[in-house]
Amino acid sequence: MKLLVCISKAPDTTSKISFTENNTKFNEAGVQYIINPYDEWYALVRALELKETLGGTVTTITVGKADNEPTIRKALAIGADDAVRIDAEASDALAVAKQIADYVKNNSYDIIFCGKETIDYNGSQVGGMIAELLDLSYVSLASKLEVNGNTATLERDIQGGKEVVETNIPFVVSCAKGMAEARIPNMRGIMAARTKPLQVLPGSEAPKLTEIVAYSLLPEKAGCKFIDAENPGELFQLLHNEAKVI
Amino acid sequence: MSVLVYTEPHNEKISKNAIEAASYASKLATLLGTTATALVCGEAGDAETLGQVGISKILQVTSGSISQFDTQKLSKAVQEAVQKEKATVIVFSHDFSGKAIAPRVAAKLGAGLVAGAVSLPDTSSGFIVKKAVFSGKAFAHVSVTSEVKVISLLPNSFSVEKTGGTASIESFSPETGKAGVTVKEIRKESAKLSLTEADLVVSAGRGMKGPENWGNIEELATLMGAATACSRPVADIGWRPHHEHVGQTGLAIRPNLYIAVGISGAIQHLAGVNGSKVIVVINTDAEAPFFKAADYGIVGDAFQVLPKLIEAYKQFKASNN
Ligand SMILES: Cc1cc2nc3c(=O)[nH]c(=O)nc-3n(C[C@H](O)[C@H](O)[C@H](O)COP(=O)(O)OP(=O)(O)OC[C@H]3O[C@@H](n4cnc5c(N)ncnc54)[C@H](O)[C@@H]3O)c2cc1C
Ligand SMILES: Nc1ncnc2c1ncn2[C@@H]1O[C@H](COP(=O)(O)O)[C@@H](O)[C@H]1O
Repeated sequence: MKLLVCISKAPDTTSKISFTENNTKFNEAGVQYIINPYDEWYALVRALELKETLGGTVTTITVGKADNEPTIRKALAIGADDAVRIDAEASDALAVAKQIADYVKNNSYDIIFCGKETIDYNGSQVGGMIAELLDLSYVSLASKLEVNGNTATLERDIQGGKEVVETNIPFVVSCAKGMAEARIPNMRGIMAARTKPLQVLPGSEAPKLTEIVAYSLLPEKAGCKFIDAENPGELFQLLHNEAKVI
Repeated sequence: MSVLVYTEPHNEKISKNAIEAASYASKLATLLGTTATALVCGEAGDAETLGQVGISKILQVTSGSISQFDTQKLSKAVQEAVQKEKATVIVFSHDFSGKAIAPRVAAKLGAGLVAGAVSLPDTSSGFIVKKAVFSGKAFAHVSVTSEVKVISLLPNSFSVEKTGGTASIESFSPETGKAGVTVKEIRKESAKLSLTEADLVVSAGRGMKGPENWGNIEELATLMGAATACSRPVADIGWRPHHEHVGQTGLAIRPNLYIAVGISGAIQHLAGVNGSKVIVVINTDAEAPFFKAADYGIVGDAFQVLPKLIEAYKQFKASNN
């Protein structure tokens, strides 16, 4: 099996979110980047498990500049065989998807894995767009994936439950919780990652249809109103009369 | 020019998320000086409700042609509806279905997509849509420059307005080709309230000490008509089912009221719940970080506070009926 895993970087989940340049740029000062958790814990690890049982290769692909390389190396340390970086700015989802789809057109893969969403821009967009650009089936928010010969059985999250679906290889999947358990890279993996191939390819021409023009933060809370633990019933009066939510 | 909204039924009724998306679409149509059409895929197109929120026309997909959820077929249906209605903006709910179809539709039409919008676009100069980013910690204002635009609306971020009106119904049989995905089975998670659609949520964490202590949480939730949720460690150690896990790596929810019991308020937990309108925190530790994100707080032991709250809620209910 030839497996491709789309990997992006994201600010560490504990990062303080703030903006600079008149609220037009994300303030990266002091921000640590990690592999987007859904890409690492679920997409990458499930791809590695499939390779271990069925044989084949796991390649990661990232659209972005050289500042992505530490997280790409981490994916190699966890166990991917090789990595591709398309040297282009990852600003618009469709532009990212087009870069990946163009690469796949020239290097066919059996399964293309994405994460459920990036935890910074929270789009859940790239996977479905890749599928459309390649005219492949797409299973979104999958929590299980088994391959049997030329078909795969997946479980996906739906409103109030799960749906079990079947599709032929090749296809695109976006991975959510349940898919696999996170793996921690060991020393051997980290050493090996240094010499694994990381191919840098130029980006192709891609449209830019959306652009972030400004950011804003959540409105500050007015502060917490405390209620006596001995007499907590007052809470419901407040929720009813003041907050008007019950 | 028109606005098209994708809606689908849930449990025979049009889903709450779909009604929000329809209301958003009709408001947007008014803003753009045009009308809104709903594409209804599924048996129970609730025409009356769609009319009330301002949809003027329904394209009812005849049963049979799309009997199962498949993004390839559905995106073709949307594309045909877009052409038929000359739609320039297509609205989805940013729910499980919208996340699956909207990106396909955007790629098919070469349209810019704003995923997770929280308000109507600002059209004073260009077309700028506000969306949630950084797991609910901030908003981005996204300018869309393509001629056709796709917006998926974050559930529970837009209040539905019933303006009154009726929608005309037209039957619609799009050419959708064959499905790439076959649905084998649908598993409903108990008949209880679905967490992503619930207005009220009672949630608990490791402070509850063990799964045997959830009785009070469930009782309060049932009395209030609330759904139950939990923090990640509680789902990971198997005290609660995984589908209750909220936060950065679980579900992101935006109920009107979120009551958090025995949850410390780690930043990854907040990421999934900070869009809630009102947050109540119950914790023994007055320094728990969750209080900073709370509107109301009770510093106290859940084992003592919950029974009192349950009694108080019963009284509140009795005196407000
Ligand atoms: C990448 C990443 C992603 C993550 N994603 C998520 C996520 O999606 N969701 C999530 O929830 N977490 C997530 N976490 C974990 C998160 O960091 C916290 O560890 C977790 O939320 C803590 O759960 P808790 O509040 O239930 O437990 P604890 O942190 O142990 O807090 C228990 C709280 O209960 C209080 N307490 C104790 N006894 C009582 C009592 N008798 N009455 C009342 N209060 C009491 C304590 O004072 C304490 O504040 C993630 C972590 C990482 C690193
Ligand atoms: N710049 C990128 N390079 C490679 N893969 C990406 C990139 N951005 C997003 N992805 C993949 O697409 C998924 C969904 O991202 P998003 O649509 O941004 O929420 C992520 O979990 C990744 O698997």
